[in-house]
Amino acid sequence: MSRDSGLSALHAHSVDAAWAAYDRVQAGPEGLNAFLAIDRDARTAAPDGPLAGVPVAIKDNLATLRLPTTCGSRMLEGYVSPFEATAVRRLREAGAVVIGKTNMDEFAMGSSNENSAYGPVRNPLDPTRVPGGSSGGSAAAVAAGVVRVALGSETGGSVRQPAAFCGIVGIKPTYGRVSRYGLVAYASSLDNVGVFGSTVAEAALGLEIIAGHDRFDATSADVPVSSLVPTRESISGASPLAGLVVGVPREYFPDSLDADIAARCRRALDHLRSLGAEVREVSLPSTDLAIPVYYIIAPAEASSNLARYDGVRFGQRAAAEDLGPMYERTRSRGFGAEVKRRILLGTYVLSAGYYDAYYKRAQAVRAVIAQEFRAVFASGVDLLFTPTAPTPAFRLGEVSDPYAMYLSDIYTVTANLAGIPAMSQPIGRVRGMPVGGQFLAPAFAEARMIQAAAALERSLGSEAQQ
Amino acid sequence: MSTPHTSAAGQDWELVIGLEVHCQLRTRSKIFCGCATSFGEAPNVNTCPVCLGLPGALPVINDHAVALAVRASLALECTVHDESIFARKNYFYPDLPKGYQISQFDRPLATSGQVVIGRQADGSPRVIRVHRVHMEEDAGKSVHDRFPQASAIDLNRAGTPLVEIVSEPDIRSAAEAAAYARRLRQILEYADVSDANMEEGSLRVDVNISIRPVGTSALGTKTEIKNLNSFSAIERAVEIEFARQVAVLTSGGHIEQQTMLYDDKRNVVRPARSKEGSHDYRYFPDPDLPPLRVTEAERQAQRDALPELPEARRTRFARDYGLPEVDIEQLLASRLLADRFEILVKESGDARRAANWLLGPVLASVNASGRALDAHPVSLARLGALIRLEAAGDVSNTAARQLFTLLEQEDIEPRVLAEREGVLQVRDDSALVAWIDEVLAENPTEAARFVGGERKLQGVLVGLVMKKSKGAADPKKVNQLLAARAG
Repeated sequence: MSRDSGLSALHAHSVDAAWAAYDRVQAGPEGLNAFLAIDRDARTAAPDGPLAGVPVAIKDNLATLRLPTTCGSRMLEGYVSPFEATAVRRLREAGAVVIGKTNMDEFAMGSSNENSAYGPVRNPLDPTRVPGGSSGGSAAAVAAGVVRVALGSETGGSVRQPAAFCGIVGIKPTYGRVSRYGLVAYASSLDNVGVFGSTVAEAALGLEIIAGHDRFDATSADVPVSSLVPTRESISGASPLAGLVVGVPREYFPDSLDADIAARCRRALDHLRSLGAEVREVSLPSTDLAIPVYYIIAPAEASSNLARYDGVRFGQRAAAEDLGPMYERTRSRGFGAEVKRRILLGTYVLSAGYYDAYYKRAQAVRAVIAQEFRAVFASGVDLLFTPTAPTPAFRLGEVSDPYAMYLSDIYTVTANLAGIPAMSQPIGRVRGMPVGGQFLAPAFAEARMIQAAAALERSLGSEAQQ
Repeated sequence: MSTPHTSAAGQDWELVIGLEVHCQLRTRSKIFCGCATSFGEAPNVNTCPVCLGLPGALPVINDHAVALAVRASLALECTVHDESIFARKNYFYPDLPKGYQISQFDRPLATSGQVVIGRQADGSPRVIRVHRVHMEEDAGKSVHDRFPQASAIDLNRAGTPLVEIVSEPDIRSAAEAAAYARRLRQILEYADVSDANMEEGSLRVDVNISIRPVGTSALGTKTEIKNLNSFSAIERAVEIEFARQVAVLTSGGHIEQQTMLYDDKRNVVRPARSKEGSHDYRYFPDPDLPPLRVTEAERQAQRDALPELPEARRTRFARDYGLPEVDIEQLLASRLLADRFEILVKESGDARRAANWLLGPVLASVNASGRALDAHPVSLARLGALIRLEAAGDVSNTAARQLFTLLEQEDIEPRVLAEREGVLQVRDDSALVAWIDEVLAENPTEAARFVGGERKLQGVLVGLVMKKSKGAADPKKVNQLLAARAG
């Protein structure tokens, strides 16, 4: 089958090979610290499934039955969920072997994986650098060759940005495409389960398996899932992308953009043209409002979503004589600085007298951003192409100002705000570190986006690592 | 029901009251998960990741709860909106698992309804407007008296579907407040959406109360009274709080906006521990739940499911049966009773007797036995036949009561029973004349005086005839026959 030709490496990578790689990279002073828990006894549940025997890693904010689900937080240290996330269950039922849970920024809040209560994750390509975040552990596990497919989650770019930093593929599907049941909520209207892969086809296969309607998530979309793994025929030949119009939004290529990253993007666009695509400049005028809007809506929802960590029913509880002090101590000790910052911010923007000025306005601007994407796609543009992140992976400790860190997601938050699918793939290196190129597509047009990405991947060949 | 006011220091005050009523909907499962809503289980048995608020769990709306909420709204004559929005009400409390309650805020399920609570002096209906009806989940229960050093939490109730029914501040007296709550309970029971039982907590009433000088229209500062678990408690608590507010204002003080609790045992209203009032619930639309859409077809289905409601029935009972208003009110108190009354009217052919029997001997027997009304051993067919015997004069009123008691023990045709018991009234002239002749023969002196014109002896003679017949003679006919003998 031509479909499987791009997946042979995936099926060749055994659980034993995963453990060998794990033992090589996880621990020690230069260790990646990519995993928070592992399951050496895990076996396939479906020997005939499409992922039979394929080792996978799961971000620690997706509920699993055999391993703790801590979200990288002291608050949930040792917490084992009594139920399993739908995405994890679907992977297991396809035969995948869940070998471990991966490190992450606490409650998925961060862009460098330095906000984990269990220590930062190192970038496998340069251990002095961050892997990106918040799904840094999953990205590092794939980049280091422990697994070839891993699950992450996205609220503002937490799959695509670490994929770019680690030189792998990361897909954020349409909002509602993958059930959020069992994904520990950060900002529910922005949260998505996403997939990492060593290649486009591997990430696509992972997405194909976890996608689809789920009656346990009222926001999951009842839209049929087509085959997402591109066939060889669809990406090879003279002009596999003939007729495809790729828009390049000028707001994603400001003069201030790193010149080397811009050059890698231009080279990728040349490849797309040579594959038959038409490249057209477009405009998304409200792009610069995305970060402020995101940092109102996401903290607002987070302040409510994280209220359940109160020490009453599960997780850690601080000793206290009375209810008020118990709440205060439990939450003061259980949450890290960035989580507290966002809870406070979110509480503020939802409070009486400020709701209209912040939350309501942010939602209105969010609607404008989504409308701008719809208008561009309605104008005959099939996909958009942009850089994934404004910089390559930075050094551990290099970015300490929260707002500077927030700008790391400047090109990724828009897809979360608009609910559209997007993905990052390696398009070359800058100063030795990988650069990600990002496709964005209309809602539920994952197949089109993945086909273009696979064609680009094939066309770039080894240039993707140069 | 007139507008009440009290006089204190020369000032007349008007009560302004609005009610917030929480009503548990009668669904088998909870509003956002599949857990059972059964009452009286061991603590925390009816729970799952969703209603425990575990990390990663998500709510999914129970369509049956929506259907019942729509039906309740229609029964209250509300406009049910095509789209409403679930919102999160954020606050910390141990029996609130998620740290927020899923409710509805600025886009409720239904608005602008009304409840008729009685008639005004001029005969026009006294109407209390319903501001809104919205859906929400119930919280769990904190248990403070089970363990000496600790509080415990039972989350069986967490996630039970509720509608909150908010009235406009149209109520003007304690009696009206209780009447509104009674009518509301009656409507919800008729609509078959809730057990609507105040004692069991499936109907919970909070009263917002303020006062203002008679003749003014601005609203005063209100207080909210919670913990009212009976209709009479509503009435007593409002009277107490009214008096308190009048005393505060007439002595130059001002009313503090606060939550009050009614203590039923001591009959006092006191401020709740002051955590309410200043709360900022930070409402925002719940991103886990899409807008709730109700189609016209769904509304129509619930409209069709509504039975005749109490107010319509009240009008029809008055028109068709000519019953006194007090009887109608009693019959309407529960849908079951009113339904059974209508069946009994058909069985007996006599509305007035049907009402008297149901409200008298039947209810007395039900109350004494503790049985449910529809578990009473005398079927409506038997009771109807008994009433027909009584109405036809075939058995006396007294005998009918005796037969009813016997019918409770034995299921038998009333006429057969009456014959067996020898209480069928004899109305055959020849038999009655024979008894009369015997009595007159046995009492010649009285007979002579009676025939001679001493009419007042007739009663004595009727009594003697009845005695001779062992109660079987029809006293009316005996009277007629005797009267004909008098001179």
